[in-house]
Amino acid sequence: MTISVQWYLSLSVVLFAMGLLGLLVRRNVIVMLMCVELMLNAANIALVTFARSLNDIGGQDAVFFVLVVAAAEVVVGLGIVVSIFRRKQDATADDMNALKG
Amino acid sequence: MPGIHGPLMAATYPDAIMFVVSAVLVLAGAIGVIASRNPVHSALSLVMTLFGVALIFLAQQADFIAAVQVIVYAGAIVVLFLFVVMFLGVDRLENLVVEPLRFQRVLALGLVALSVVGMLLLGVGAHWAIGAHSVTAPALNQPGGDVAALGKSVFTAYLLPFEATAALLIIAIIGAVVLTRRQPAAGEEGDAVEDTQGAGGGGAPAQERSNQADADGVDPDGAAGGQGSPREAPSRSSRGAPGETDSRAAEDGEPGTVRRAGEEVLR
Repeated sequence: MTISVQWYLSLSVVLFAMGLLGLLVRRNVIVMLMCVELMLNAANIALVTFARSLNDIGGQDAVFFVLVVAAAEVVVGLGIVVSIFRRKQDATADDMNALKG
Repeated sequence: MPGIHGPLMAATYPDAIMFVVSAVLVLAGAIGVIASRNPVHSALSLVMTLFGVALIFLAQQADFIAAVQVIVYAGAIVVLFLFVVMFLGVDRLENLVVEPLRFQRVLALGLVALSVVGMLLLGVGAHWAIGAHSVTAPALNQPGGDVAALGKSVFTAYLLPFEATAALLIIAIIGAVVLTRRQPAAGEEGDAVEDTQGAGGGGAPAQERSNQADADGVDPDGAAGGQGSPREAPSRSSRGAPGETDSRAAEDGEPGTVRRAGEEVLR
């Protein structure tokens, strides 16, 4: 008998909450992107858990697509960070006030 | 579904040990990500979390996803994070005690607590009415493992999303190139450098050399003490623009002056 689904889902919830907390509290944009990765991994845990409990490969398909989207998101996000850093000399979220009127 | 609502202790010992170990890895890594003052330490803690998640995938018979998790996340994405951290030189310590926004942490904790309660009540505790299982293919105990089932479903039921990811990746590549490209009208200095180098060699090598000059300016630690690779040496000697003299002189100084000169080049 394997671990029950509730334990995996609870771990997923806790991991998602920690990613959300880090995203809201931290000011370094690169660390904020890492916290987004934590939240995506929490969603992946939940998807794989449902794929096992419902015996359906569709959950693993969704994880596959989430991985692709996460890679693309990191590439574009870090590109934005690099281009902001060229102008502002810093990578904290407080410095990104260029849209302020 | 017999095992869904059972307690943890009903599991066999190897399963329970694997779950506990991977959960400890995941949570300790997540704490390290959000509590490290140094972004490099955050990235290394992220590796620990990702390996823990891969263990959880393995425990649930998602072998292919676990392998892809290690290869793509721990192998590519974290390296990309580390590369950008070191490339930009933002690995200075962040002061986590001072919070400039007054109620930011209280509100963040409140939102996190609310989301945790909501997810636990609705997602974990509730008994959802679900329809028929296995709309695509069964995931467990397949002949050929989950690799065959995953491949079959990706190329049949999920063919359109799979093709859409191809377009997404192309768009991401183009976006990264456009975002990080140096603007040609950045200043007269850049034009002068390009002009002199264009006179010396062809068009494409000049472009590559100016890219290397950018890398020297952005990453001063790599150029500290003039310990550059042999590839950089000829481009540096052929650089004849008068605007480059200060950064060239700074190469012979100690790393502190190099860093200041690099920042001035950036400004």
